[in-house]
Amino acid sequence: MAFLDRTARGLLMTEIVRGMWLTLRYFFKGKVTVNYPYEKGPLSPRFRGEHVLRRYPNGEERCIACKLCEAICPAQAITIEAEPREDGSRRTTRYDIDMTKCIYCGYCQEACPVDAIVEGPNFEFATETREELMYNKDKLLENGDRWEAEVAAALAADAPYR
Amino acid sequence: MSEVAIKNLTMNFGPQHPAAHGVLRLVLEMDGEIVERADPHIGLLHRGTEKLIEYKTYMQAIPYFDRLDYVSPMCQEHAFALATEKLLGLEVPERGQYIRVLFSEITRILNHIMNLTTYALDVGAMTPLLWGFEERERLMEFYERVSGARLHAAYFRPGGVHQDLPADIVDDIYEFCDTYPKFIDDMEELLTGNRIFRQRTVDIGVITADEAQDWGMSGPVLRASGLAWDLRKSQPYDVYDRVDFDVPVGKTGDCYARYLVRVAEMRESLRIMRQCLDDMPEGPVISDDHKITPPRRGEMKHSMEALIHHFKLYTEGYHVPAGETYTAVEAPKGEFGVYLVSDGTNKPYRCKIRAPGFAFMQAMDFLTRGHMLADVPAVIGSLDVVFGEVDR
Repeated sequence: MAFLDRTARGLLMTEIVRGMWLTLRYFFKGKVTVNYPYEKGPLSPRFRGEHVLRRYPNGEERCIACKLCEAICPAQAITIEAEPREDGSRRTTRYDIDMTKCIYCGYCQEACPVDAIVEGPNFEFATETREELMYNKDKLLENGDRWEAEVAAALAADAPYR
Repeated sequence: MSEVAIKNLTMNFGPQHPAAHGVLRLVLEMDGEIVERADPHIGLLHRGTEKLIEYKTYMQAIPYFDRLDYVSPMCQEHAFALATEKLLGLEVPERGQYIRVLFSEITRILNHIMNLTTYALDVGAMTPLLWGFEERERLMEFYERVSGARLHAAYFRPGGVHQDLPADIVDDIYEFCDTYPKFIDDMEELLTGNRIFRQRTVDIGVITADEAQDWGMSGPVLRASGLAWDLRKSQPYDVYDRVDFDVPVGKTGDCYARYLVRVAEMRESLRIMRQCLDDMPEGPVISDDHKITPPRRGEMKHSMEALIHHFKLYTEGYHVPAGETYTAVEAPKGEFGVYLVSDGTNKPYRCKIRAPGFAFMQAMDFLTRGHMLADVPAVIGSLDVVFGEVDR
């Protein structure tokens, strides 16, 4: 009987037909893809994307040049130079991130004691040349101004877990 | 007419071959369509991870482990975290252990989806890949929600995990556990009985139990040969001794058995994930020894002592007592071990990484010898090698 069963299945190609039937059913199901770039998937508040340098609400930059991010960075992508400003406060004169070296581990934002360097929600920063990925302080502060609302919302949402 | 000896043709399989699963260069000596000798050339993805880790603090070394086997990142962090904890004698809070086991099993499913579906693609079935990536996307969203990155998580730290689970993720993982078996059933409907898939896999690349032991196999490849060896059972780490699961074992040791073992493992992983979610206690997720784990941010901003710990940990790191340990975890591909030697400073003296794929690679010759050229991709796919960990 088992022999007959096996032969019948083999000749009738039941497993192929069943597979075809299954794919046909999937064919009429709804699409699961999103129409990028018009639609995007959800991002959590913890998402680690492009770096931003933030400012205080009064426009003063947050970074105090403690160089913790430079020290912890496993890829050594961050370079900082600092000296006292005219008003005597300690600020960076140079804050560079080599985005081609960066591995997006998030250690810099973990290390930052004043929430100045944050990995924001932006992941669409592809460039045409390599040079454009060598971010300097101006570029990072400009990012900060552009993404401040999203970054602040994400930090507030994640604050209970940090 | 006297017989004429024809010189074998030597050809390259890879490193750009799509079925080579990365940058494997396989030099094949062919007698017509028959493989006479297979010589894997590795090292094209060598990044010097082991040496780099010697120059990084223990915390900085974590992201490098994500990048070894990049389809199962958290399991490798797990091995390094366990090794460091063993040297430090650090206790991990119970909730942290449950989260680690939960995410190790999510990683296992993540890895097996990738392997099984691309393997099916190698032997001619494209549909499972398209369906599988939809499920894989859901798992990577879990990754992203806990750690902030879809692949390179840097989530497991010595002492526990970096952050607690966000509030609503538990329900979503439950929902995943309920709906995911449907995908496994559909994939099995397409592959398990399918005559084309079976013709390409049954009796191809057979490894006997003895050979598997001789060649240092581990993981699903070893279990498909009939040996019920699983580090989660034989030397349980974290809370694996508290969860109930079975170890699927194959009988024939061929490519088809390896496929079946992986499918069964995905179902077992779902069981473990459910139990973790059910039994997970409340409490801290990372050790509160602030000589080793950074203090919470709120505390760091108000307490001078916490701020000093924070600065110390993010610059110098912590010093690990001199000693050595070999700690292995059951990664999705097999036994992933870290041999860590500490000389009492803040950086490892030596970190030897035992990657399961490396042992699989050396078996390529005896596995493919005598088979047809078209069986080579089937064998590579069923061994589940990823070159990030083979080349390190």
